[in-house]
Amino acid sequence: MPNNKAYLILADETVYPGHAFGAETDTIGEVVFTTSMSGYQESLTDPGNIGTILCQTFPSAGNYGLNSLDSESSRVWPAGYVTREWCAHPSNFRSEVNLDLFLRDHGVPGLAGIDTRSLTRHLRQKGTLVGALVHTLPEDLRQFCAGLQKERPLRNAVRHVSRKEPTGFPAEGVRKHKVVLYDFGVKNSVIRQLCLRGCEVVAVPFDYPADKAAVLSPDGLLLSNGPGDAEELSALFGNIQKLTTFGLPLFGIDLGHQLLALALGAKSEKLPFGHHGENQPVTDLQRGRTYITSQGHSHSVLAESIRAGQVSHLNANDGSVEGIRYPALSAFSVQFHAEACAGPEDTLFLFDDFIQMMENR
Amino acid sequence: MPLRKEIKRVLVIGSGPIVIGQAAEFDYAGSQVCRALMAAGLEVILVNSNPATIMTDKQMATEVYIEPLTLPVLKRIIKETKPDSLLSTMGGQTGLTLAMQLAKSGFLEAQNVRLLGARLDTIDKAEDRQLFKDMLESVGEPAIPSDIANTLDAALVIAQEIGYPVIVRPAYTLGGTGGGMAKNEVELRSIAEKGLSLSPIRQVLVEKSVSGWKEIEFELMRDSAGNIITVCSMENLDPVGVHTGDSVVVAPALTLADKEFQMLRSSAMRIAQALGIEGGCNIQYALRPDSFEYGVIEVNPRVSRSSALASKATGYPIAKVASLISIGYTLDEIPNAVTGKTKACFEPSIDYIVLKFPRWPFDKFVYANRELGTQMKATGEVMAIGQSLEEALMKAVRCLEQGMDDLNLPGLSDTPQDKLLEMLSEATDERFFLIYAALKKGVSPEQIFQLTGVDPFFTHKMLHIAEVEKALAQGPLDEERYETARRAGFTDGLIERYCGASPENPLPVGFKMVDTCAAEYEAETPYFYSSCDRENEASEFIQSHPKKGKKLVVFGSGPIRIGQGVEFDYCSVRCVQQLRSMGHEAILINNNPETVSTDFDMSDRLYFEPLTPDDVNAVLATEQPDGVVVQFGGQTAIRLAKHMQKTGVPIFGTSADAVDEAEDRERFDALTERLHIPRPKGETVYTKEEAVRAAGALGYPVLLRPSYVLGGQNMIIANSESDVREYMDIITGGERPSSPILIDQYLTGTEVEVDAICDGEDFLIPGIMEHIERAGIHSGDSISLWPPQNLPQTVLDTVVEYTGRFVRELGVVGLMNIQYVLHKEKVYVIEVNPRASRTVPFISKVTGIPAVDLATRALLGEKLKDMGWGTGLGAENGMVAVKVPVFSFPKLQDADTHLGPEMKSTGEVMGIDYHLENALFKGLLAAGYELHKVGSTVLFAVRDEDKEEAVPLAGKFVKLGYSISATPQTAAKLREHGIISRVVELSDDAPESTKALFDTGEVDFVVSTSRIGRKPARLSTQLRRRAIERNIATLTSLDTANALANCLLRGTTLEDCTMVDIGTIKTGQKS
Repeated sequence: MPNNKAYLILADETVYPGHAFGAETDTIGEVVFTTSMSGYQESLTDPGNIGTILCQTFPSAGNYGLNSLDSESSRVWPAGYVTREWCAHPSNFRSEVNLDLFLRDHGVPGLAGIDTRSLTRHLRQKGTLVGALVHTLPEDLRQFCAGLQKERPLRNAVRHVSRKEPTGFPAEGVRKHKVVLYDFGVKNSVIRQLCLRGCEVVAVPFDYPADKAAVLSPDGLLLSNGPGDAEELSALFGNIQKLTTFGLPLFGIDLGHQLLALALGAKSEKLPFGHHGENQPVTDLQRGRTYITSQGHSHSVLAESIRAGQVSHLNANDGSVEGIRYPALSAFSVQFHAEACAGPEDTLFLFDDFIQMMENR
Repeated sequence: MPLRKEIKRVLVIGSGPIVIGQAAEFDYAGSQVCRALMAAGLEVILVNSNPATIMTDKQMATEVYIEPLTLPVLKRIIKETKPDSLLSTMGGQTGLTLAMQLAKSGFLEAQNVRLLGARLDTIDKAEDRQLFKDMLESVGEPAIPSDIANTLDAALVIAQEIGYPVIVRPAYTLGGTGGGMAKNEVELRSIAEKGLSLSPIRQVLVEKSVSGWKEIEFELMRDSAGNIITVCSMENLDPVGVHTGDSVVVAPALTLADKEFQMLRSSAMRIAQALGIEGGCNIQYALRPDSFEYGVIEVNPRVSRSSALASKATGYPIAKVASLISIGYTLDEIPNAVTGKTKACFEPSIDYIVLKFPRWPFDKFVYANRELGTQMKATGEVMAIGQSLEEALMKAVRCLEQGMDDLNLPGLSDTPQDKLLEMLSEATDERFFLIYAALKKGVSPEQIFQLTGVDPFFTHKMLHIAEVEKALAQGPLDEERYETARRAGFTDGLIERYCGASPENPLPVGFKMVDTCAAEYEAETPYFYSSCDRENEASEFIQSHPKKGKKLVVFGSGPIRIGQGVEFDYCSVRCVQQLRSMGHEAILINNNPETVSTDFDMSDRLYFEPLTPDDVNAVLATEQPDGVVVQFGGQTAIRLAKHMQKTGVPIFGTSADAVDEAEDRERFDALTERLHIPRPKGETVYTKEEAVRAAGALGYPVLLRPSYVLGGQNMIIANSESDVREYMDIITGGERPSSPILIDQYLTGTEVEVDAICDGEDFLIPGIMEHIERAGIHSGDSISLWPPQNLPQTVLDTVVEYTGRFVRELGVVGLMNIQYVLHKEKVYVIEVNPRASRTVPFISKVTGIPAVDLATRALLGEKLKDMGWGTGLGAENGMVAVKVPVFSFPKLQDADTHLGPEMKSTGEVMGIDYHLENALFKGLLAAGYELHKVGSTVLFAVRDEDKEEAVPLAGKFVKLGYSISATPQTAAKLREHGIISRVVELSDDAPESTKALFDTGEVDFVVSTSRIGRKPARLSTQLRRRAIERNIATLTSLDTANALANCLLRGTTLEDCTMVDIGTIKTGQKS
């Protein structure tokens, strides 16, 4: 175990001393936790985690190493990574690199050797806090934390994570459909699920004009997952509304779900703790079944504010909205990560539903 | 869907006696089920033959039948009690098979009883090999290439097709009994033959060996609406090839990337959907370590040993939820007991690492084959929770109570590396300690992987432990080294031992909560484990919950092993329940995931921890209790009495000094002398020569044993000097032992056993038990009778009188167990145990006197005379009960089945009725003896001193119409008395003929006694092994054989017996 010290300092002046690993840089970010017991590579490369200091509640990370195939994007998005212990000797036939080297390569610092359960409980009690991952303690902790308190969460995170130019992805096997995918911070697996089902995918920047999308003559539209609060993206609402007028099958996931709802007049609220992890139960009201889903979001669409559609999915724990159907618009959306990765694959069939809608056109 | 209205009365079948492969996990499951169904307002009828369980307490169900688990008995109970439903999935393989047979025969339908838990076709698809393969194929899931065979020839053809090595799995046997791996045709012939004979439907599966692949398990829950979740994943450290019950297992799976994990999880869900599981389900996979290739090994469509582990590992009450599903509820309707707010339809997320370590009986069976394979051999297991794998592993080793507090197995440090590597090529119970020794000698994790298939991930962690150990030994003990060691699970005591110095600033032990959600939601689970972190959630919990009455910490009994079974969990649980009902706070420490006591809602707080002085201290420091209770958790708990005396925490109940007085040889001698109670003469020795001399002076036969005894561990009767020499060599390993060896006169006679509830002055003996077998066979292996049938009143009076003297002199408060022997009409005391004993649940159930409840009240100062149950000897109530031991011999290759002073049974059953004959009939039936004539022959091979007595016994069998076979000398003796027998040679070149004799199926019973046994090479041992491997009842005591013969002679049938609801038993009134 390397023994160089590092510290996680929270804005409320709580300090967690531990061991440094990964890149030797200091960083600031919103401290969030995930209860996923594995899937750290997917979490680290999920653009939805941009700007966070991500804390793994499971005490051992990096057990099976990392490889070049499982990343959800080409870079690491969290500003820092916190785990109780990282595994120096990963073991898996696909492992290429250990967590320490991976974070170093991506310039992201890590902190190990702290009581992550204590941190999680602290965050649960205090709500989300800004924190700093540093390698030397500041001389004046109070002043340092006063500075942290002034830090605001990253605004317009989508602008940072979305691609700048449209990119095409060929269908696997016979090309059956063409989907234009709005990239609000898309995970590779969303694209992969479409390609696997015979879709050619054109991923376009988050603010790609609807008219130009129409020119690509897609069979369907997908509003992708992504980071942040949909409310602050009100500038996009008009464009999204326009997309719904094309009569094309439209599928929204995660942030895409919120953007669609808000663009169609609904409101959202901040959840007390958000939904993070791979074990969120969601009841599909049409199928009459509850599925285990992967989630990572802090806001939720308010049921009573929905105008254009009807609630199709509810969170079985807290009753919050997890999905909306818009029959008149041939659109549907879900709050959870239908694409899984990391997490349960129980709701992959939603992609089949989407394909079916395109086929039924 | 809410509760199905048509369900009102549910029959629940238990799993019967504890045997290897089916242990206390089904008491856990059954108890949860009974509580859940009763709470749902249903009437529950419970049938189980095992009296040692919590589930068979009369409070647990509307009606409780401790009756043999056979089809005729169940049919009779169903007819008499008229349930409308039968829950099939809570009684292990035993319960499932019986339920299936009842359903298949059309009996259930005829009686209008519906099957709950698993539909018939679900059971068939999971259990029948061909249907299973078809089902997998239908959902595109890969089976492991295999085929079923009903004959040896068919098995050979299959193996030819799929290629060696192959695994043989007999159909419908529990714990894989009779299976094994065959590397070639010769091996296959022997294994397949045995497997076919053990399978009730004479069917084996011959399967491609995927030995060396990772073994991954999933525990799932599915409801009738098709909602499905995985409660837990588990990874076996031992790769495929070692039975999962014999594997070290971690939860969650640690070496799978998300892609592999989800691949298997999704597969498991498809299978559970295809099977239409309604309740819990366990699926085992083989996963290639170097690709995504996998195969489904097995599906259990029921609650299993793994369910109990998954339940304790996550806090998710699998059995309870499964039973609610079986009566119609869906997962999203069932509240989550942990959060109180959410529903049971979620997947637990855990923020710690759980490790299960099996407990094997090889300390008892010195000559048994220790190799691990497809046949499970462990009797029990421990579970440890840690923040790191290292910490969990180190805790687990301490939980095992095998005298180790680190991974250094004594005697390995001098073993050369090449020898270690050679030893490693075979999987044995010592595998992980051998790995540790090899790592310390510089063997790399990768090399170990090549040899053992144990993933380097795990061995790297073990290497880390070795590095910590080395760093401590090198010193100095700086803060860095100290903290690293504590994080790796080293106790302060261990650290001090390694570096010779105690830490300057010892870290306090903090406790973390098991909450199913990794702290994401606020939880109130009173379920904790220790860590080296400063935060102490237990303290927070204690502060936010005002104290009620007195606060007592009860020590549990650790892993199930021979000599310390589920009975002690029964006692611990009853104590905790009694304390709570009296308004006191009861805290429990235990580490056995299979038990009722480790259900977190049993006690006010549960600590899942090793029961060692260091670990217990940490709990006591946090809890600051008014006292501790050490008398209900068997030897595990009582052993801590001395330590408690040192720490000054008050013991509620018999004092540590009194415990010592009963256990210390010299003090006990002085005590018996003072009380004028006779006891067999004895001496204390350390060396072989001293032993030989002492034995000569006492006169043969003598009894030899180490001074601290657990279930007669390492105890023998020596008839000659050579026996003494052999024994001393084994027990001392050639070295001077740290504690002395005891040599006693061995007195033959009837053994008499009592349990007494004491308040320091008065006592109450619920009942005196008489053993059918003469002293010399361990009390736990003897058939016990209550009330005594053959003892004169004067003897009973003496027993009561002596018991009273011990109570008063020792100041016993709580329970005490005393064993006496009636030798030549004189009563001698053999042993005094100032604690709860194995017989407590039995005697409580048959007499109706709740021994543990009363003892617990006595601990808190109540006097017997105020309790209303009387004092002295309890009155009889018109019932007769027998307790019959059950063994797991078929599973322990090379273990001698000959009974002796060392306990060998793993469990027990009970027979109760209004007449002795009926009770005995039931007891023997429940223990698995065939009580109607099947074959035609009884084989006699008895030692010289038994030959005379064997004659009338053989006469009884002749009268019953059996023909007798006998070894030459026994045959000669029988001939002298006019009994003609067929002579069977037992010599080195003759085993084939006895084997052939057994294979004909003609032999029903073998009566075999020998002067010395144990060694597998001895012919008599081999004879008994061959018999047991063919499921032929082998009687190694003439007393047992006589009891059986008498039972057969009387021709008792089930129709003569009464089905007894334990709840209706009245306590006897004294006249």
